[in-house]
Amino acid sequence: MEKMNEIQKRLIEEVADLHDVPMGAYNFRANGKLAGRNTTANIDIQTKTEGSGIDIRIKDNTKNESVHIPVVLSDSGYKEVVYNDFYIGENCDVVIVAGCGIDNCGSQDSQHDGIHRFYVGKNSKVKYVEKHFGSGTGKGKRILNPGTEVYLQDNSFMEMEMVQIKGVDNTNRQTTAKLNKGAKLVVRERLLTHSDQKAVSGYTVTLDGEGSNADIVSRSVAKEKSYQKFEVKLTGNNRCSGHTECDSIIMDEGKILAIPSLEANNIDAALIHEAAIGKIAGDQLIKLMTLGLTEKEAEEQIINGFLK
Amino acid sequence: MLELKDITFKVIINGQEKEILKDINLKFEDKKFIVITGHNGSGKSTLAKIISGILLPTKGQILFDGKDITNLNITERAKIGLGYAFQQPVKFKGLQVYDLLKIAAKGSLSLEQACNYLSKVGLCAGEYIRREVNNSLSGGELKRIEIATILAKQPKFSIFDEPEAGIDLWSFQNLIKIFNSMSQDIKDGTIVVISHQERILNIADEIIVLSNGVVSMHGSREEILPKILGTESAVMTCKKLA
Repeated sequence: MEKMNEIQKRLIEEVADLHDVPMGAYNFRANGKLAGRNTTANIDIQTKTEGSGIDIRIKDNTKNESVHIPVVLSDSGYKEVVYNDFYIGENCDVVIVAGCGIDNCGSQDSQHDGIHRFYVGKNSKVKYVEKHFGSGTGKGKRILNPGTEVYLQDNSFMEMEMVQIKGVDNTNRQTTAKLNKGAKLVVRERLLTHSDQKAVSGYTVTLDGEGSNADIVSRSVAKEKSYQKFEVKLTGNNRCSGHTECDSIIMDEGKILAIPSLEANNIDAALIHEAAIGKIAGDQLIKLMTLGLTEKEAEEQIINGFLK
Repeated sequence: MLELKDITFKVIINGQEKEILKDINLKFEDKKFIVITGHNGSGKSTLAKIISGILLPTKGQILFDGKDITNLNITERAKIGLGYAFQQPVKFKGLQVYDLLKIAAKGSLSLEQACNYLSKVGLCAGEYIRREVNNSLSGGELKRIEIATILAKQPKFSIFDEPEAGIDLWSFQNLIKIFNSMSQDIKDGTIVVISHQERILNIADEIIVLSNGVVSMHGSREEILPKILGTESAVMTCKKLA
């Protein structure tokens, strides 16, 4: 972190809640260069010998350890594609914090396309947090296109928290997951777009194993002239259960397209999709106004609560 | 004191003008517990919404401590000390009970104080303080939380629209205790409750009966209650529940 400037440090704070060097394993990347790395006895991080990115290997039975791999871009016009692969052993219990912050004060577009692949071993538990943030006053766009692939082995569990609240002009997030026997995937996505931003979020989840389970919940707010597309495809190939939910608040001239898709290829596949798009309910605003908030303050409280 | 002068409220239904409230003149004095009753559709809830600023009267004037507040909006009225408990509490995805109580208390409310308000409405604080105010709560739980937001707000003038509805399992005695303690907590405060319940009418200082949008009776409990007992305006709990 000592190699970073103030802008980069602020971006790191936004995307990884880090004020200083974290405990445990970490890998900081700033404008395409390594800005700090630490490995532990159980968690190894290696730069890929071919292509750009890192391999993170977590030994069997690693418990209560964390890996932070934030990425920041502060040079206007910088574009990169990075492949990060996570090999998580069996019987682990770990937290992985990723995230990308872009500060673009120039006129050229800055772009980070991060492809993350997770291979989660049997009986392991992973909590993955990914935050995206953009800042800067330049005309150049801040573009993030994350791709996430998740492979869950028998009885493993992965919880994914995906957050993009501010400042990213254009994003196309594609997540695919395959679940083996007894595996469970929980996704909590929170998205806020404003001005003329565009965000596309797609999930393709395949429940291959007996007793596998997926719960994907997306909450989003589209303000001003922004556009969002949420597409989720859930396929059940065995006795399994799956639930997806897309809940959106639309404001101003925002546009939201939600495309749910369920495919059951087994009589014992139980799949549910819920989708709702609507403006803030008038009675919610009125209730908070009767407690003394202005209409604008009430709106902020409702959105903050919704995206919490 | 809150005063209504010639309050009239008209709506257009299927092209026809309908008067919901007609020339209402009322004075709600300080330190009083006042119950407004009347049959369904008599205009009680409309009157509460006009007082809180949710609806604007077609005609008339509202004075609060001598100041004309007819043109103040909902927020402005809330800030000068008016409180309104909804008949149908509003649900919020994501907002927690504690968030709502903090907003009601103008931002500064310790966890302990918040829990205290919940206990007063008969909810186990530890279980509810972090709950979201959403569909996972029953109608009765939402209703009690709604009352707790008014307790946290401590308005000088509060109006409760049928607070007992939906909280059948909770004893009226507790509700009555709340109103009593509110009158003590808020100096010179006025509590107005819209209710048909005889047990609530029984503790009123004054009773107002609305009928087809006009005040048909207004006076002390001793004067009014005997006249309305056994009518739709004053039903016993068991009858209402049946």
